[in-house]
Amino acid sequence: MPATPSHVPEPSRTDPALIRNFCIIAHIDHGKSTLADRMLQLTGVVEQRQMRAQYLDRMDIERERGITIKSQAVRLPWAPTHDPGNTHILNMIDTPGHVDFTYEVSRSLAACEGTILLVDAAQGIEAQTLANLYLAMENDLTIIPVLNKIDLPAAQPEKFADELANLIGCDPSEVLKVSAKTGLGVEALLDRAVEKIPAPVGVADAPARAMIFDSVYDSYRGVVTYVRVIDGKLNRRERIRMMSTGATHELLEIGTNSPEMLPADGLGVGEVGYLITGVKDVRQSKVGDTVTSQVKGATEALGGYKDPKPMVFSGLYPLDGSDYPELREALDKLQLNDAALVYEPETSAALGFGFRVGFLGLLHLDVIRERLEREFGLDLIATAPNVVYRVIMEDGAEITVTNPSEFPEGKIAEVYEPVVRATILAPTEFIGAIMELCQTRRGALLGMDYLSEDRVEIRYTLPLAEIVFDFFDQLKSKTRGYASLDYEPTGEQSSSLVKVDILLHGDKVDAFSAITHKDQAYAYGVRLVAKLRELIPRQNFEVPVQAAIGSRVIARETIRAIRKDVLAKCYGGDISRKRKLLEKQKEGKKRMKMVGSVEVPQEAFIAVLSSDDSSGPGKSKK
Amino acid sequence: MPSALPDGEPVPADGALPASALAGAADRPLGFYLHVPYCATRCGYCDFNTYTATELRGTGGVLASRDNYADTLADEVRLARKVLGDDPREVRTVFVGGGTPTLLAASDLVRMLHAIREEFGLAKDAEVTTEANPETVDPAYLAELREGGFNRISFGMQSARPHVLKILDRTHTPGRPEACVAEARAAGFAHVNLDLIYGTPGESDDDWRASLDAALGAGPDHVSAYALIVEEGTQLARRIRRGEVPMTDDDVHADRYLITEEVLSGAGFEWYEVSNWATSEAGRCLHNELYWRGADWWGAGPGAHSHVGGVRWWNVKHPGAYAAALAEGRTPGAGREVLAAEDQRVERILLELRLREGVPLSLLRERGLAAARRALAEGLLQEEPYGAGRAVLTLRGRLLADAVVRDLVD
Repeated sequence: MPATPSHVPEPSRTDPALIRNFCIIAHIDHGKSTLADRMLQLTGVVEQRQMRAQYLDRMDIERERGITIKSQAVRLPWAPTHDPGNTHILNMIDTPGHVDFTYEVSRSLAACEGTILLVDAAQGIEAQTLANLYLAMENDLTIIPVLNKIDLPAAQPEKFADELANLIGCDPSEVLKVSAKTGLGVEALLDRAVEKIPAPVGVADAPARAMIFDSVYDSYRGVVTYVRVIDGKLNRRERIRMMSTGATHELLEIGTNSPEMLPADGLGVGEVGYLITGVKDVRQSKVGDTVTSQVKGATEALGGYKDPKPMVFSGLYPLDGSDYPELREALDKLQLNDAALVYEPETSAALGFGFRVGFLGLLHLDVIRERLEREFGLDLIATAPNVVYRVIMEDGAEITVTNPSEFPEGKIAEVYEPVVRATILAPTEFIGAIMELCQTRRGALLGMDYLSEDRVEIRYTLPLAEIVFDFFDQLKSKTRGYASLDYEPTGEQSSSLVKVDILLHGDKVDAFSAITHKDQAYAYGVRLVAKLRELIPRQNFEVPVQAAIGSRVIARETIRAIRKDVLAKCYGGDISRKRKLLEKQKEGKKRMKMVGSVEVPQEAFIAVLSSDDSSGPGKSKK
Repeated sequence: MPSALPDGEPVPADGALPASALAGAADRPLGFYLHVPYCATRCGYCDFNTYTATELRGTGGVLASRDNYADTLADEVRLARKVLGDDPREVRTVFVGGGTPTLLAASDLVRMLHAIREEFGLAKDAEVTTEANPETVDPAYLAELREGGFNRISFGMQSARPHVLKILDRTHTPGRPEACVAEARAAGFAHVNLDLIYGTPGESDDDWRASLDAALGAGPDHVSAYALIVEEGTQLARRIRRGEVPMTDDDVHADRYLITEEVLSGAGFEWYEVSNWATSEAGRCLHNELYWRGADWWGAGPGAHSHVGGVRWWNVKHPGAYAAALAEGRTPGAGREVLAAEDQRVERILLELRLREGVPLSLLRERGLAAARRALAEGLLQEEPYGAGRAVLTLRGRLLADAVVRDLVD
């Protein structure tokens, strides 16, 4: 392993010509974190004995699922093999690898001049990678194609080199072949990065402008903001201004990551590092915003800033109603680190007090729910995820519906739902199955392209609501796991949508209300009613379970009254056992929710509401 | 007696009880349960603590056999005398159960009873019962029991239908239990019970009616009718799991129970506990009532449970280990629990609600009272006793007793 190179340029005094800023675009599972590990070792910033797998992934969930949710930036000194005296600075900006975080990805890309396109040599490119590749191309990034895992017996480097070459318009021989696991080819990759990726260009004596590409809450240090300096220079101890809000902050610390935080005098043109201002909430330091100096600051912000907009909503309720304050506190804490997380209190007749929470997408939802349960020890019921509807009434009033139970009753002129442009990559043999699935999900075919002889890219416009509801599971099962999916919001469309209510013993259960296309309402009602009949235990009285659109019942099942609930024998030796059984049953009863007069087990809510366990693309990782 | 023992704290080696257990003992009746853990064969539905081997060895080679069993058990009766100290009570009830008590010689059963008589004395009107297998008794055997002091006998009849008995692995010939009743009467037994089981896979409503009719025809003064419980770990549970035998639906059990009530009440029997009917007050099983009314009883024998003054304990299960403990002068107690006041309240509710006399409403708290009002409105409790301050189940309520209890204890 090479030692740390000599004459390493220091932050704030680094010639932009020696800087290379890049990120790695890869599908989950294709080895990005392992490649990052090798780079940390080769450049000597992490000593051998401190090395651990997936060094940069901080959250348990990230490491477990093998995905990166929050990005990071690491400053790596690298003396190229052909020019060892000329130590360069490589800033590796780790990007989130998921469709839910496209905006964050786009900001990470905007901080770079180049990207390493990392593809598994045994699997080829996947839809999410392709989407990010297109993003990179739109940002004019230099792309370094790399096939990973070439040591695997199943690797087909020639075939996938051709595919990559086709996609980015290079020669197949330019595709690097590495094994991040063994380190094979990683030095050549670093050399290639120095050689091919353009150095950053900025105006050194202009007012400082730095783009925030990530913002992370740390319980000891407050918010740590990651920036890429475009123009000018940020100095320690100066006051800075956030250009979207005009808020000013004292710069308590500025520095770079190697990979631990290392304070510096400042950051100059093209440099990447972190800022600490003492703010406690990432919403005061938003991804995409421009940081400038308070004194003689820039007047024009960098382009591309957007407020994150939640696309998917779900009600989160504590299983035990008395945990409500803990849930609020936990959400408050998570929001410190997640500007995209929005929530407001909501009350459900069936589930009690909870929150309607907005997410960027299904993975975001899964991750938040899992963190609430794991890090905060909360037991939650999450209602089925839904999208936001815009309802225009005949009298012209407009209502935004984020919770199906709020869907208006009166005369509706039009209902708009969000639609996405979905890209699906799959082997050609599955074209029929995929098209069939998309048609049943109200999709409209946009186009189809062959990536190679046996792989195809299919594009559809689909209602987001259809994707939110087990689309990914269906896609995976219909293509034996071979298809990959990516989607981006493209607007809204007017659709014939209705609200289906579920009535238990005549009482509407708000948590089970759903908005569906009118052609699917009947099937939905029948399915849900049948499922509930199975899940709800028999009560002391007969319980009708109905699905209705307005006052029209479209499906009905009956839970027969229970007639026998008594132990036959209760003699001397049975008494202790019977008392303990009673205590257990009482515990079980506590986990029942009373809906009107009907006892509904939590499991029924969970089973009906969660659109199955492996609902999101984020769970595809084995 | 189910075979799995509860979790509890250890019993002191000498079996000593906390002082609290003996406070006020004089006001409570005292009974003895004597367990005989032997059977000729194990029935497919049975999960009781019973063994088919005639000889079992404990630690140190202590022999527990059918032959010396009565003496071993008498050792525990003497231990009970020591533990209860100068408790002046005579014994109100003795109940010999199993297993199959009548696999032992009648003289053994009488010897066991004699040990109690010697150590404690039997009350003048004491109820002395043994369970009996119809195939293991004859008039001479019954006469010897009667002579020795037994005055009540309980025969395991289960069903009058051969195909039902076959599923239950019962070996007796149909008709034999009914004949036993006559033989017992002839021997001078005033009280005779027949145990019946309903809801066995393959049993029809008509089969059940036939069993009830056959039982009534024999003229017992007491009938116990139990829904078949398929216990985990039994042969029958395995057969059901493998799909060889169908599981009986709860609704079928409910129907059979209603038939039971209809047939038995039509024949002059009255229910006095969910699964027990008798022709008169005197026909009730007093020993079982001790269980249900929180009285004191000492359960002697492997795996037997005892209760004295809010302390419940249970013996080691294996006859070898049991015999070894007694041979070393140690208690055979495996574990015990000292009931807190709330545990005792809950037990009273769950036991007494099963009785014809019901639970005094004064035992309920505010939420339990509200639940009782709901149960009354739903027709699960009887109007009249409720007005008099007692929660007493209706016929429909008897079938839902556990559901009612869950709410009443709140």
